[in-house]
Amino acid sequence: MSIMEELKNAVIKGHLDADAPYPPDMVGQPGVKDLIEKALEEDIELKTILNEGLIGGMNIVGEKFSSGEYFVPEMMISAKAMKGGLNMLEPLLVKEPSQKVGTVIMGTVQGDMHDIGKNLVGMMLEGGGFEVIDLGVDVDPEKFIENAKENPDAIIGMSALLTTTMENMRKTIKLIRSEGLDNKIIIGGAPITKKFADDIGAEGQSNNAGEVVGLVKNLLKSEKQ
Amino acid sequence: MKQNRKIKQLVISDENDLTFGKAPHPVECGKGLVIGGGQVYPEINFTLPSMTVEEDTWQEVRNQYSTIIEEICQRAVVLETSGIVVEFELLPPMTLNPQWGAEITQILRNTLDNYYEKDGLRSALRVTPVDVRDAERPPRMRNGKFWDKTYRSFELCAEAGADMLSIESTGGKEIHDEALMQGDLAGLIFALGSLGARDMKFLWSHIVDIANKYNVIPAGDTACGFANTAMVLAEKKMIPRVLAAVDRVASVARTLQGHLEGAVGPTKDCAYEGPYLKALCGIPISMEGRSSACAHLSTVGNIAGACCDVWSNESVQNVRLLSANAPVVSLEQLIYDCRLYNTAIEAGNDYSENYRKMLIESDLHLDPQAYVLSPEVVIRIAEKLVKCETPLAMTIQSARETVKIIEQAYNNKELNLNKGDIRWLGLMKTQLETIPEDESQLLENIKSGPLANKFLPEEYGL
Repeated sequence: MSIMEELKNAVIKGHLDADAPYPPDMVGQPGVKDLIEKALEEDIELKTILNEGLIGGMNIVGEKFSSGEYFVPEMMISAKAMKGGLNMLEPLLVKEPSQKVGTVIMGTVQGDMHDIGKNLVGMMLEGGGFEVIDLGVDVDPEKFIENAKENPDAIIGMSALLTTTMENMRKTIKLIRSEGLDNKIIIGGAPITKKFADDIGAEGQSNNAGEVVGLVKNLLKSEKQ
Repeated sequence: MKQNRKIKQLVISDENDLTFGKAPHPVECGKGLVIGGGQVYPEINFTLPSMTVEEDTWQEVRNQYSTIIEEICQRAVVLETSGIVVEFELLPPMTLNPQWGAEITQILRNTLDNYYEKDGLRSALRVTPVDVRDAERPPRMRNGKFWDKTYRSFELCAEAGADMLSIESTGGKEIHDEALMQGDLAGLIFALGSLGARDMKFLWSHIVDIANKYNVIPAGDTACGFANTAMVLAEKKMIPRVLAAVDRVASVARTLQGHLEGAVGPTKDCAYEGPYLKALCGIPISMEGRSSACAHLSTVGNIAGACCDVWSNESVQNVRLLSANAPVVSLEQLIYDCRLYNTAIEAGNDYSENYRKMLIESDLHLDPQAYVLSPEVVIRIAEKLVKCETPLAMTIQSARETVKIIEQAYNNKELNLNKGDIRWLGLMKTQLETIPEDESQLLENIKSGPLANKFLPEEYGL
């Protein structure tokens, strides 16, 4: 097995390093960090390590999740292993042209305290190689605007669980647009429908965390065309 | 009256006595309802259509609730129901502005009184403020503006005419949410058996005091923010169903603490841990199942009703359907469900026992979350729980027994499990071997791990 295959496999299994206790059957075997170290010693290109090893591994994790083989806890363990690897690469990556897939600003809208759905989406996006700026819950429009100004290329993701707070998405989008900001906006949450998204001017909508990475990638693709 | 602070033996120890409409300690409340006294009553809950709750919309909010309660009472009279429980679950702005919650309580109270006088409609009003302490992370549970608002909301709603007080409290949720997504049983058990149990004691001692002051019933709590979150995540295939089933039973010790502090039931409708509480304390329970699909889906639609005393719809938006507005539709479904329960009770033991068996058997073998609600399993596990000395020990024991019983049921071909569930049974068994029953030891473990900065120990008296 090549180093990249081994790295990919360590991400899939969520094995951070040789000392990591998970998964039990891999204790003592090289994990993500060890394999990245080895790859760097062998002068393998950073983008190969990132795209083939880390993101390649997480893509397979995503497939396993979609097919029902993996659950969120397994995805989280893999995402943590991947993040451990990314932390090693980051100081080196800043010396190269940006390898970042994209940035997503996320928050649960004003008046709403629910965050599990938002957190799941954030985790999926990080696993897909995105930088996620999590603004938390009960986020007022001004905070979305402030962050959108600082990250003009970022996609904005809003979450709401209550029928009485989903209208705050409309208010927030209106205020973002009134500031002249043209960040793409996606929304989600139990009461959210495609029709509601269209009505309030959101470019994307999903109620399934597993689909969000694809949705964001498609939006970015359409932006470039 | 406060019950003993520790349960030494089951109040219901025979699974056949864990049945619908009858509880050893019935609760008399509202306008002549005796919950658990031989009948099952419908509990109707409702919420606003898509709209904001703010100063500018407040009059419309009031109008919405006035219309809903008027239409509900009209339909209840037409269907000649023997009584209804109405639940008003406040929305967050109505607890953050406690006067708003009280205003709606008053509207509901006046209409229910009016229909009692005019048409003899018997009713009880359950009011459930929001636990807004969860609005900040890490949350402050015992002081600060969110605690003050929650407390004041209880006082004003009790004064405005609530018959019963409830809450979906959130102590420990800041740890539970994280642990659930990581499949971390030590975190889940710490959240429920230590933080949750400690907060329940603190919170319910205050709610019981308020209830006594205003002469209303301190009804009960629910692990909705915990085990129902797990149930919904399992429904979406985010977590394994066996983990959701374990989380459900592990929530029993936490919710039990409210009853040890003086809550007398009926438990909150979404507390699917209710059958365990009924066996342990003899209190009446409210449950929800097939007729709460308007609010959320589940795999326990029939079995959840096997030993209910109140039967609820969880919640429904006030939107127009072909026949009527949705709360009226939901009420009608509940009333017909209750007619069946009550006809079976009136027809005698054979009928009610057969009906109960059908409710159990129709769900039992399909999902571990249903399996752990069967009266037989409830009694088996509850028998083990009364031997535990602390809420934490009880929580650990719940998880261990649940894993064991699910595994046995699978091996005996009594329960369907998928590959993921089977893999997770093994993972949970391994995790459970290493969780200490000593609270200070578990606390130290948590404090040295990734969950350390997610909670404030002093807010739980730790």
